[in-house]
Parts: sequence; structure tokens; C-alpha cells
Amino acid sequence: MPILDALLNGLTLGGMYALVAMGLTLQYGVARIMNLAYGEFLIAAAFAAYWLFTGFSLNPLAGLLLIVPLAFALNWLIYRVLLAPLVRRAKTRAALEVDSILATFGLLFIVEGIVLVLFGGSYFNYSFLAGVLEVLGTPLALNRLLAVGFALLLGGGLYLLLNHTRRGTAIRAVAVDPVAAQLVAIDVRAAAALAFALGGALVAASGVLVSMFLTFNAAMGVVFTMKALIVVIMGGVGNLAGCLLAGLLLGFAESFVATYIDPGLTIAVNFALFLLVLIVRPHGLFGRVTA
Amino acid sequence: MNGRQLVLPLLGIVALAACAVTPLVGSGYAMSMAINMLMFVSLATAWALFSGPTGYISLATVAFFGIGAYTVAVLGETLPWPLVLVLAALFGCGVALVVGLSTLRLRGVYFVIFTFGLAELMRQLVTWYEANYAGSVGRFVFLDIGQEQIVWQLTAVTAAVFILGWLLKRSRLGLALRMIGDDETVALHCGANTTFAKLIAFSGTAAFMALIGAIVAPRWTYIDPTIAFSPVVSFQVLIMALLGGAGRLYGPALGVIPLVLLFEYLSANFPNYFSILLGVTFMAIVYLVPNGIAGLLEAQLERMRSKPAALPATRPQPNEDAS
Amino acid sequence: MKLRRCRHIIAAVAACAVAGLGIAQAQQPASVRIGYAISKTGPYAGGASTTTLPNYQLWVQEVNKAGGIKLADGRRVPVEVVEYDDRSSSEEAVRAIERLINQDKVDFVLPPWGTALNLAVGPVLDRAGYPHLAVTSVTNMVPQLSKRWENAFFFGDTSSNYAEGVVAVLTQLRKDGKVEGNVAMVNVADQFGIELANAARPALEKAGFKIVYNQSYPIGTQDMQSIVNEMRRRNPDIVLAFSYPPDTIAFTDQAKTLGLNPSVFYTAVGTAFPLFKQRFGDNAEGVMGTGGIDTSSAAIRDYIARHQAALGKEPDRWLSPVTYASLQVLQQAIEKVGSLDRKAVAQEIRNGSFDTVLGTITLKDRVYSGGWMVGQWQNGEFHALAPMSGTGAQPAQVPKPHWK
Repeated sequence: MPILDALLNGLTLGGMYALVAMGLTLQYGVARIMNLAYGEFLIAAAFAAYWLFTGFSLNPLAGLLLIVPLAFALNWLIYRVLLAPLVRRAKTRAALEVDSILATFGLLFIVEGIVLVLFGGSYFNYSFLAGVLEVLGTPLALNRLLAVGFALLLGGGLYLLLNHTRRGTAIRAVAVDPVAAQLVAIDVRAAAALAFALGGALVAASGVLVSMFLTFNAAMGVVFTMKALIVVIMGGVGNLAGCLLAGLLLGFAESFVATYIDPGLTIAVNFALFLLVLIVRPHGLFGRVTA
Repeated sequence: MNGRQLVLPLLGIVALAACAVTPLVGSGYAMSMAINMLMFVSLATAWALFSGPTGYISLATVAFFGIGAYTVAVLGETLPWPLVLVLAALFGCGVALVVGLSTLRLRGVYFVIFTFGLAELMRQLVTWYEANYAGSVGRFVFLDIGQEQIVWQLTAVTAAVFILGWLLKRSRLGLALRMIGDDETVALHCGANTTFAKLIAFSGTAAFMALIGAIVAPRWTYIDPTIAFSPVVSFQVLIMALLGGAGRLYGPALGVIPLVLLFEYLSANFPNYFSILLGVTFMAIVYLVPNGIAGLLEAQLERMRSKPAALPATRPQPNEDAS
Repeated sequence: MKLRRCRHIIAAVAACAVAGLGIAQAQQPASVRIGYAISKTGPYAGGASTTTLPNYQLWVQEVNKAGGIKLADGRRVPVEVVEYDDRSSSEEAVRAIERLINQDKVDFVLPPWGTALNLAVGPVLDRAGYPHLAVTSVTNMVPQLSKRWENAFFFGDTSSNYAEGVVAVLTQLRKDGKVEGNVAMVNVADQFGIELANAARPALEKAGFKIVYNQSYPIGTQDMQSIVNEMRRRNPDIVLAFSYPPDTIAFTDQAKTLGLNPSVFYTAVGTAFPLFKQRFGDNAEGVMGTGGIDTSSAAIRDYIARHQAALGKEPDRWLSPVTYASLQVLQQAIEKVGSLDRKAVAQEIRNGSFDTVLGTITLKDRVYSGGWMVGQWQNGEFHALAPMSGTGAQPAQVPKPHWK
């Protein structure tokens, strides 16, 4: 049935978009770092998974257990060493935005350069969990379903973490207003570092997951950064539910247009949808209007 | 006007004159460098005329630049060159007007990403249109426009951008733009027509970006949407302008010149480690030159001047906020 | 006085010696300086580091190992390389080539990867009188371009020929009663994909095939589920995807997942890459694509082995051998002329015949037209199918076995 196919494809695609964007909503929404090197970290994780899988025949799912904590630590370090000085010296939020754009732009080149030196510029991929699951007569690739499953799992886990733990509440408070958060004795810097590192861990997880079914090379990071930025902005900065919804909306739009109108217009429709949402709701689907 | 105020315009004129004579004395490579410099100086300066005072960071530069390039690709062989240039500027201006009208409600990062989305949408639509109706995505530009003509045309455009910027700063419009950057609500209450000011500045600078795209296009022979609407151009312009200092008219140029030279030096000497070295130098610049090169220069001058007079250097700084 | 004259004489002798040395040096350069700008970063890096860059490296390595390029006096001079990264940008590519010519004063320039960049640097090379041996530039504009740039040589053929090659194979298969003729086709909305589709569509219709699905998708798309599902619903026995490497992999992968099992399954660029074989293993069997190699040729087999040994990876089975052959052409032309006189070398390339990994080739009208249009994975190797008249062409194996 075409409509069911389109729905399920939209779901897998949208789930992937949400998964890819979730980390950025934490990094940007809470830690206030507009991370332009985001996609490069995703690609780096994909390469790590590839290397572990082809070199040591380590299952990418097991690879997650290795790569994600490593990414968490690395991102925490990056925030503490490289970005915290910028946060400290920035007088206004806008000034921090400019500084973080500039600094992470440099970081983008460094990460891409390292991947390039290690692996070269050619395309890479590998086959893992390429089996098929039939859902109501529509075949779906297992690895793509897995990515959606993870998106939901991580989204749910994060939601619980943010809403039902003390640390999470602190993170949310920082997202809403860093100055006021300080007044109620929240260590803003620690919370921001934690959020940035969590975001980094998430993007590494998504990199490992998408590497199972996408072909990638060192130069592709920027594609993911942009996709993630669009999802985050469309959903409303710092809002997980918005991120999930925006991702799914884009996925459905893409698959329905491809099925019923013209697959040549998928990306155009995505951008049109994004622009439309912003025109109607200038702060995204779930964004709060901040003074 | 005192001597110090004259130094910068004079330096600018000398630099432009140097670019303008490269075709007469320099090699093809020198001309190439001149074109690269002029292109980014004019793009970044035009960008900063709107984004500098208002604080609206635009990533739509390449949308207009690409419109200009495409105008040449489509009309270049049928219409006389000056008319093509005029049309390119008009198209850029027109699209910017429509976009400007629809984005007035957006602020901050929402505006940034919106403008980025706009450029990408443009690329996708052009691709789709070309693929389905023109029967081919790439277009060939075979025009007898030599490098020297490109250099001269770019020099003229760069000069025009600077003159315009200088006039703008002294006009009511310029004041209105600066007020928007300080506080849009206050600007509105003071009776500034903020909508009008933003629109005029946005579409006016867009016309220049389209013009620059049109002038440079004949160098590439082949144009497709991926080339004409490459987001790298937007980012490069943004980074160069921010690095130089978007709050000053001459700021972006101060960012462009060292960065173009740096890019050139690194890619000529370290083709395999270009990315890493560029990234490292870039981060070093961000940490060591926090207020942009214009800010650094000004602080230096300030110190030199205030020393003999022993005056406290606490005079109010002009709006440095480039966001 | 005597001493003084003596001094004069010494000076004169010395001057003569220096001048003579200078002349000798001009006649016998210490090295052949070869320059190229290639996309090490940016969107073209994937193609450039599969097809072009490895062959440049292999060729330079082998030439220098043999002592260099042989000039008129019988001396071999080594190749010295100046390389840049054009960052996949036309503007950068133009400037890099100008730097190579004006600053580095290289003797010869090797072309960048891809149609766009080859066209961008074309005018510069033409103006400076450098031979331009374009390989990875496949476009229908070749005839016009070669008219415009008289030192440009095209090894990549036109897109239409590739599409017509496919149609010729299909027509033969239908004549043999192996396919019925319902075609589902899709193409990437980029120049090469569109030119292929535009040439294939009328040719298919003229040959009496029925096109049941015909769409395009934006470059960079890796989600093909909707397209594959739509194709599946129309039950075609021929599936043609005029695609680029990442989407070639994605399309094949999703066709496999969703069980799209036509008799003929064709994907364009990237099918001939070792990556494809690595990824799909036995499932690659029967898949057709652009390119192909004559597996009966000892020269080709030897080339593949040397490529593997020197660079640690196999070459692709489409333009890699052609790239290598173009370098052999350049080298042999220089050796026949015996000097680095670019004009004479270009003249030699125009008229001479050259012994390469592709066999003996000539460039009639400055175009190499012996390339393979269609290949198919058969028993783990990408055999050439078309042009069917070519020596070494294999018959197509149809129907393609079902995905495992």
C-alpha cells in the first residue's frame, strides 16, 4: 500500500533526522554553543565504528559502548579547555554566539583534517544488520529501524533525565536563563559542560548508527550539521520534543513528496516547510519567546 | 577632517589602485589573487553594511551571489554585458525584497538559519527547474571576458561599496540601522521606520552581492547550482567579516586580506594538512584577537594616542557588537 | 698588463663556460615538473581520491622508479610533482592552475577531477598552451569544447554514448528474448545523471521499450525507499539508476532490502568501484554499471596488481585504467618528442599512437573513443559488456540472480 510505505519510510527517515539533531539541541540550547563542527564529530564517530568493525570485527552496537563514553569525555574536555574561556569572556549572548561560530568553525577543519589524514577522502561504508523486517506487508531495513528505535530510546531517556533528576533540572534551568540559574546556586558552568558533553555523546551515537546504512566520506560532516541545525531551529532551541517532532515532520514531508509528487523536490520541500514554520512561528514549533 | 581620518581612505585608494593595475604588470596568478581579494572584500563589506549595524547575521550571501552568476549563465550570451549586470543586480534586489518582507519577525539565530535555508532552497529549486524544464543542470558560460576586465569591474564595484558605506554611515538610514542593532524596540519608539530601514539595507547590499556573482561567473566556464549556491561562500564571507570586525566600514577588509593570504599560503605549502593547519590557526586567531582585527587596531591606536596626553582611556567605545 | 689581459681571458672563458652551462641546462632539465590541483577536500574528494589521485601517485612512483622520463639525449629525468588542493571549488581550481603555470612554472599540468573543474580550468590551460588531458569529464559538450580548446584531449567520451551503450545492451537482450522491456528509470539531478537520462529516454522509446517510471532525485540523497517502492509497484523487468557513488550504494542497498528484483539492474557511477564489491559481496553479481574492463587483457590484470601493491587498494573498473593510460600517453609523447616543448608534445598526442594499459590507442579528433560504456559484475569481476563490438566484450548475464 503506497500510503503505508510512505508513512513507514517517513518514520525511519524522520527518526534518523531527530536522532542526528538531538545532540545539537543540548549543545546549542543549554551550553549556548553554536557548534559548527557538529557534523564532523558525527562523521568521526562513523569512521570509528567503521574502523572497529572492519579492523577488529567489533559489532557496531558493541562499538557504541566504546565510542559514546569516549565522545562524552572528549566533548567535556573540549568544552572545558576550548570553549569555557570564550564563555567566560563573552559579555552578551550574542557575543558568545559569534565567538562560538568562529571557534567551532576552526574545530570543524581540525576534525575533518584529522579524518582526512587517517582515512583519505574516498567513500566508505560497511554492511551490518542489513536484514529486513516486514511491518504490515512493508519491508523495512533493520538497521534503519534500529536508528529510529534509538532515537526514541535516547529521546525518552533524556526526557526522564532532564525532568526527573536534580542534574537534569539544573540543565533545564540553565537553558531557560543562565543568570537566574546562578542565583539559585546552580553551577552554570558545570551544567553547561555536562550538556555539551551529553550532546557530544549523542552525536557520536547517531554517527555510529547512521554509519550502518549510509555511505560517508570525510567531507560529508557539513551536510549533517546543516540538517541538525534545521531540525533544532524548527523544533525550538533546547526542546527535545520539538526536535523529535520537527525531525519526523521533515521525514514525512520528504517521503510523501517522493511517493506522490516528485522525488526531485524532496529537499526543496524540506526547506520550504522549514521556512514556512519559521514564518508562522518565529521561535520554532516549541520555542519560547525570550525577551 | 584631520590627518588620521585621511589615512584609511588613502590606504584604501592605494590598495584599490594596486589591484586595478595588476592586469598591466602582473601575471595571471597575480590577477587571480586580485580577483579573489576584491571579490571577498566587496562581498564581506557589503555583508557588513547590513549585518554589522543591525546585528542580523545573514547566511544568504550565496543566494544573491548565485542569482548573479545564474543571470550570466542564462542571459550572458544573448544580452549585452552591461545590461546583464544591471539585470543581475535587479534580480538580487528583488529576491531580497521578498525575503526581507517575510523574515521581519525573525531574530537572532532563527534569522541566521532561515537565511541559510533560503540559500539552500534556492539551490534546490534552481536544480529542479533546470533538470525538468531546461533539460540540463549545468550551464556553459563562454564569454569573451578576460581576467583583466573582471579585475577592473570588481575594483569599480568594491569602490562603490565603500563609497556607499561611507555615505550610509552619515545618513538617517545608517542611524536607524545602528539603533536597530542597539535595541529594535527603542528604535521603533524613537520613530525610526525599522522595517523600511532593514529592507532597504538588506536588498541594497543583496544587489551588490548579485552583481559580484555576475562579474565573477565568466571565470568558471561551467556553472551548476552546486557551484553557484555553494554555502561555503556564505560562511567564508561571514567568517572574514566577523574576524575583521563588522562594526567598521573598513573592518571586513582587514579580515579578508590576512585570511585570503593564509588560505593561499596553507594550500600552496601544505596541501595534505591544509584542513588541520587552517583549523588550528583559525582557533588561535579567535583566542588571540577577540575583538576582531579592527578592534585590535583601534585599541592599539588608542593606546598610542592616550599615552602622551595621559588621558584616561575610558571613553565610550562605539558599538562593537557584531552579532 | 700581461696579467691584466690574462685576467680578461679568464673572465671570458669563465663567462663562456657559465653561458655554455646555461645552455646545456636549458637543453637538459634536471627534472620534469608536473603540477596538479585535485580535490582533497570538499564534495569532489570522494571521486578524486578513488579515480584520479591514486593513478597520479602510481604513475609518478613507477616513472621515477624506472629512472624518469627519457629525453632526446637518452638521459632519464625524474618527475617532480607540485600538488595543490582545489577544495572542490571552481574558483580555487582556476587559481591553483594559474599558480602552477605562473609561479611554479611547471612543465605539464594534470587535470582535476570532474566535469565542472575540468571545464573551469580549460580556458586557463588553453590560454597558456598547456595540453589538457581531461579524463573524468564526461559530457555531451565534448565536441564543442574540443573545437574551442585546441590542446584539450578528452578520454571520457560523451554522456549520450554511455546511455546509448545501455540501450544497445538492452535491445540485444530483448532480441534474445531475455527481457520484456518495462523500464523503470531514475536519475540524480546533476549534469551527468541528467545527460544520461535525457539521452536514454528517447533511445529507449525509439527501441520500443516502455518506460513505466521516470523520476529524478536531488544530489546527496541517500534515502531511496520511496523510489524503490514506487518502482516495485510497477513491476519493471529493467531498472536503470543514473546515479552517483553514495546514491548508487544506497539505491542498491535499498533495492536489496525492499526486494526489487528485476532481470536487469543498472546503477551508474560507483558500480565499478571496489567499494561496491566490498559492500555487496555476492549480491553484486549481475549488477550492471558504467565502465568495465577487458579481463582477458594481461596489461589490465597487471595494472590492477600494481595498483593494489603500490597503493594498498584496487583501482575502480571504469576511469582508473583510462586515467593511467592518459598519463602513459603524456609520457610517451614527451619521450617521442624528446623535450618538454609543450606544443610539440600536444602535436604528438594528436597524431601519435600509444601503447597503454588499454592497448594501443590513438586520439582521433583529440577524443579517445575506445572506452567501455557498460559493464557487469560476473564472478567477482566487472566485465565489459558494451560496446559489444569491442575486443574483450562479454555477453550479458541475464536475469540477474535475486538478492540474497
